[in-house]
Amino acid sequence: MSIIVGYVPSSVGEAAVAAAISEAKLRDETLLIVNSSREGSLVDKNTASEEDLARVLDSALKAGIEAKVIESTYRDDLTEEFLGLADEHQVSLIVIGLRQRSQVGKFIMGSQAQRILLQAEHPVLAVKAS
Amino acid sequence: MEFFGPVLDGFNVVLDPTNLLYCLLGVAVGMLIGVLPGLGPAATIAILLPMTYGVEPVTAIIMLAGIFYGAQYGGTITSVLLRLPGEASSVVTVFDGYVMAKQGRAGAALGIAAIGSFIGATISIIGLTFLAPLVARFALDFGPPEYTALAMLGILLVATISGGTKIKAIIAAAVGLFLATIGRDGFTGAERFTFGNLSLADGIDFVPIAMGLFGVGEILYNLEERHRAATAPVKVSNVWPKGKDIKEASGAIGRGSVLGFFLGILPGGGATIASLASYATEKKTAKDPSRFGKGAIEGVAGPESANNAAATSSFIPLLTLGIPANATMAIIFGALLIQGVTPGPQLINNDPQLFWGVVNSMYIGNILLLIMSIPLIGIFVRILRVRAAILAPITALITMLGAYTIRNSMFDVLLVVFFGAIGYLMKKFGFEPGPLVLAFVLGSLLESNLRRSLLVLEGDPMGFFTRPISATLLVLFIVVAVWPIVKGVIDKRKNSSLAASVAEEKLKENA
Repeated sequence: MSIIVGYVPSSVGEAAVAAAISEAKLRDETLLIVNSSREGSLVDKNTASEEDLARVLDSALKAGIEAKVIESTYRDDLTEEFLGLADEHQVSLIVIGLRQRSQVGKFIMGSQAQRILLQAEHPVLAVKAS
Repeated sequence: MEFFGPVLDGFNVVLDPTNLLYCLLGVAVGMLIGVLPGLGPAATIAILLPMTYGVEPVTAIIMLAGIFYGAQYGGTITSVLLRLPGEASSVVTVFDGYVMAKQGRAGAALGIAAIGSFIGATISIIGLTFLAPLVARFALDFGPPEYTALAMLGILLVATISGGTKIKAIIAAAVGLFLATIGRDGFTGAERFTFGNLSLADGIDFVPIAMGLFGVGEILYNLEERHRAATAPVKVSNVWPKGKDIKEASGAIGRGSVLGFFLGILPGGGATIASLASYATEKKTAKDPSRFGKGAIEGVAGPESANNAAATSSFIPLLTLGIPANATMAIIFGALLIQGVTPGPQLINNDPQLFWGVVNSMYIGNILLLIMSIPLIGIFVRILRVRAAILAPITALITMLGAYTIRNSMFDVLLVVFFGAIGYLMKKFGFEPGPLVLAFVLGSLLESNLRRSLLVLEGDPMGFFTRPISATLLVLFIVVAVWPIVKGVIDKRKNSSLAASVAEEKLKENA
């Protein structure tokens, strides 16, 4: 069994990875780090650079757990891609970060985190940035 | 003073608030599309042609010229940050620019590119100011036979020098010449290739062809790329290059500017060839060529100065001879014709306000670009976050609306779609649309001048060789046309003689 964590290069993403590492250590399971990048645009601030991913992977390995980075891209629907990966790897836990969204912002733009929480068929651990 | 009077008057034209505004608009749009890979200056100018109908000729050309040289600045940004050249003329910047960005010197690379571009362009404008009147005075003696020879040479040079396969470029140019003959014959009134269609009787307008081939064609082609995954943004800090960087790059900037200026004047030359040639020169003259490709600042400074110098100097043949040197110039040529201005040697005397207005606007435009490209780079990089799936429909909409507004005719819109499909297929099969458009523009010029001169020469084609200038140009034409064949024969001879001597040696050994 393994734990999947959604990583973005921001304080929320770092908090999610930190929580996922401690959880993986507790359960003694493999950690799968996902940073899915969007197709179509040339630059996306949610896409992690190679250095970021290497650093995150390194901190996981230092904590003494097995970890690997899963490469993935998504076209329109990040939730679908992420949950698809979770199903594919038969994970025991999904870890995601939550950020503050206003009511109106959520109404207009929707929320990937909310959809993951509602649609996931695995347990979800949602973490806020400290 | 006699010479500088009109030049100074040109500044008066530029400082008119409307012209300043359009200059700013032009360079800002140029910078934007320079940043966006795929959409080149030729496509953008083609798409925005209908916008210039309502304004004064000088204002329109100031804006279109701004788009052209602005794109040379913008193209650098993606080359350095993402290893994706925004324009063909920034391809060589990738080699050293991206490596510099990886080493954390992205700011220095972008800064030196902006400064080099500014210096290159300014040197080129000064050269243009002094050289253009000389060329124009020389060309005042040109009659129909000279123009015929010049147009033929122009088409041939564009077809042979431009990148890609020569045969394909010549085929494209031939199609362009054919399209130029469609419509009513200006001399006899006979209808050619119109199939009884009234819309075709006036001939095909230049604008739908350019909008279709460059605009729609490139939009369609870019949509293929829409599934490319995004990359992480590169952090740019400290855009001002250090004193050491400037010292290292100053020689490259100087060499690049001069090289670019001369390559820009050549028909078929222009920004792309200038940047390639400058990179090669820098590599050859460097004390330690192995540094190139590993983040040598000369490899960024030289080509970037050269492409801007070439972009500026390629206005010389257009504004003094009326012969566009490359595809983008062909579209600006079309824009001038739409405005009722015929570019040629008379332009500088008949319409000094337009000529010097456009030339002097480049000083202002380059200062604006320098201001924009150093502190505002971060803002332009954000444009890259826009997805192709959003960008393409908007551009297509603007193109179609523009095509309709030219003459309120649905036929033009259909033509744009038709040529858009052709442009896409041409790109798919490795044909450049540039020679086609250029041959189309020069085709009508060539035909009317050829027939006029045959009338003057009483139908004797040998008459072209009795006039010194047209004879020289035609001899040059023949040399350029035959040279590849001759060279091929010589190479083969050399190889076969070498093979023969090797065989002889072997025989001797055996004996």
